[in-house]
Amino acid sequence: MIDAKAVQARAVEWIVQRQTAESWSEEDQASLDAWLAESNEHLLAYWRAEDGWKRTELLGALRSFRPQTRQNPDRTPMVWARRAAVAAIVAITGAVAANYLGETPQPSEFTYSTVVGEHKTLALADGSQIEMNTDTVLRASKRKVVLMKGEAYFQIKHDAAHPFMVYASGHRIVDLGTKFVVKSAPNRVEVALVEGAARVDSGSNGSGHSALLKPGDVAIATANSISVTKKTAPALAKELAWRHGNLVFDNTALGDVAAEFNRYNRQKIVISDPKVARLTIVGTFPANDEEAIINTAREVFGLQARQENGRIVISR
Amino acid sequence: MVDTPETSRERDDLRPPGAATVMDDLKAWFVSEVLPLEQALMQFLQSNWRRAEDIADMRQDIYLRLFEAAKREIPHPTRPFLFTVARNILIDRYRRERIIPIEGVADLESIAVATPEPGPDRRAIARDELRHLQSALDRLPPRCREAIVLRQVEGLTRKEIAQRMGISEKTVNRHLCDAMNLLLDMQHQEGGAA
Repeated sequence: MIDAKAVQARAVEWIVQRQTAESWSEEDQASLDAWLAESNEHLLAYWRAEDGWKRTELLGALRSFRPQTRQNPDRTPMVWARRAAVAAIVAITGAVAANYLGETPQPSEFTYSTVVGEHKTLALADGSQIEMNTDTVLRASKRKVVLMKGEAYFQIKHDAAHPFMVYASGHRIVDLGTKFVVKSAPNRVEVALVEGAARVDSGSNGSGHSALLKPGDVAIATANSISVTKKTAPALAKELAWRHGNLVFDNTALGDVAAEFNRYNRQKIVISDPKVARLTIVGTFPANDEEAIINTAREVFGLQARQENGRIVISR
Repeated sequence: MVDTPETSRERDDLRPPGAATVMDDLKAWFVSEVLPLEQALMQFLQSNWRRAEDIADMRQDIYLRLFEAAKREIPHPTRPFLFTVARNILIDRYRRERIIPIEGVADLESIAVATPEPGPDRRAIARDELRHLQSALDRLPPRCREAIVLRQVEGLTRKEIAQRMGISEKTVNRHLCDAMNLLLDMQHQEGGAA
């Protein structure tokens, strides 16, 4: 008989390694597969440990959202896309912002990261939200974000007295009540304005050139110049499609959750029982993974889900 | 990145036809049907078996037997089947150790009563689970808790956690493993009671 404690400890090591290692190679996967194939004890312990790990992620989703929602208790927390009072949206693809790498994080400053294939949404205390694309690292503090690597979509709650600044690859983007997109490659930042207005300052302290952008404008800032061209709305929309990777719910009614998934999926979820529709849910789900939300409905609420005329009907 | 899906597809091809799907079904069943019953199962075992250090092995035995049975046919509903298996394992143990389980017998008779089906309000249960998880987190040793919070709540990488905590990545790894082991052990304790 295999010692259950020892098997659990080994399963946990696998999970932690797989989830936190900077890279997970084919060889790593092969070793894990070999271990899992050794015995059913190993397999079951791994499933159990993996489930435990996922549950702590749920706690994370809950906690990281609480502080923001508490600031404004009467505001219903909702999916970012629905919030109307938002002033600006920025998306940035960036190389490492080398100037800021050496900075020591301040107590109020947090580093967030996504691994390859991961999307994550951050809610800031001021009501702004940041969606991080795959393989991204950024530091966020009050009204300031340093994009160190990757790509992020910013939805900034505008405050004229406290402009929101985004730093990337040695340049600065200042929100002026806007929706805009920023991309950067080494020594080069591309800013495309979706709606409203924003200013791009070359150089992180605004000492260099500046360009004020209108919707559809695309600014390319290099070390010593800024040029402005135009892009069509569909072209911009396509570049931002990754944003729909994840849906984040914080005490959102299941009916609204279904509506949100239905925006992104051909197979629609139907909930006709109002009692079921009022159940609330917390968590982050891939927008294209209806299976995940259906499983949650099954597991957490004990609901039934069945296929019917190409729709998924959730009921008690 | 491009070759990753290719390779995993090749790996799938090596399996007998349908095997992957069966395994996925078994996993989905185990995670969504069996694991949520773990707390009830552990309570049952703890109230019927005095030696706490045996319980983890007994749970493993029970899951194993359940899994073997599920490979032939996934039992439905899971709960009564799980507790029947648990009862048989207990009886085996009593016999092997020549224990006359005076209280145990009574408890075995009342299994059905002791483990009622969950009521209709699963939402309360889900909330309990979150509260339970939070209190479990609060009871971790401080360094373990810090590591797991930085990872799962703040989303820091292992390297960043190491920098923040002023320790090596290897030590971060150990804290994360310790935290997960403790959380898994606490998963079956009631209402956050130690």
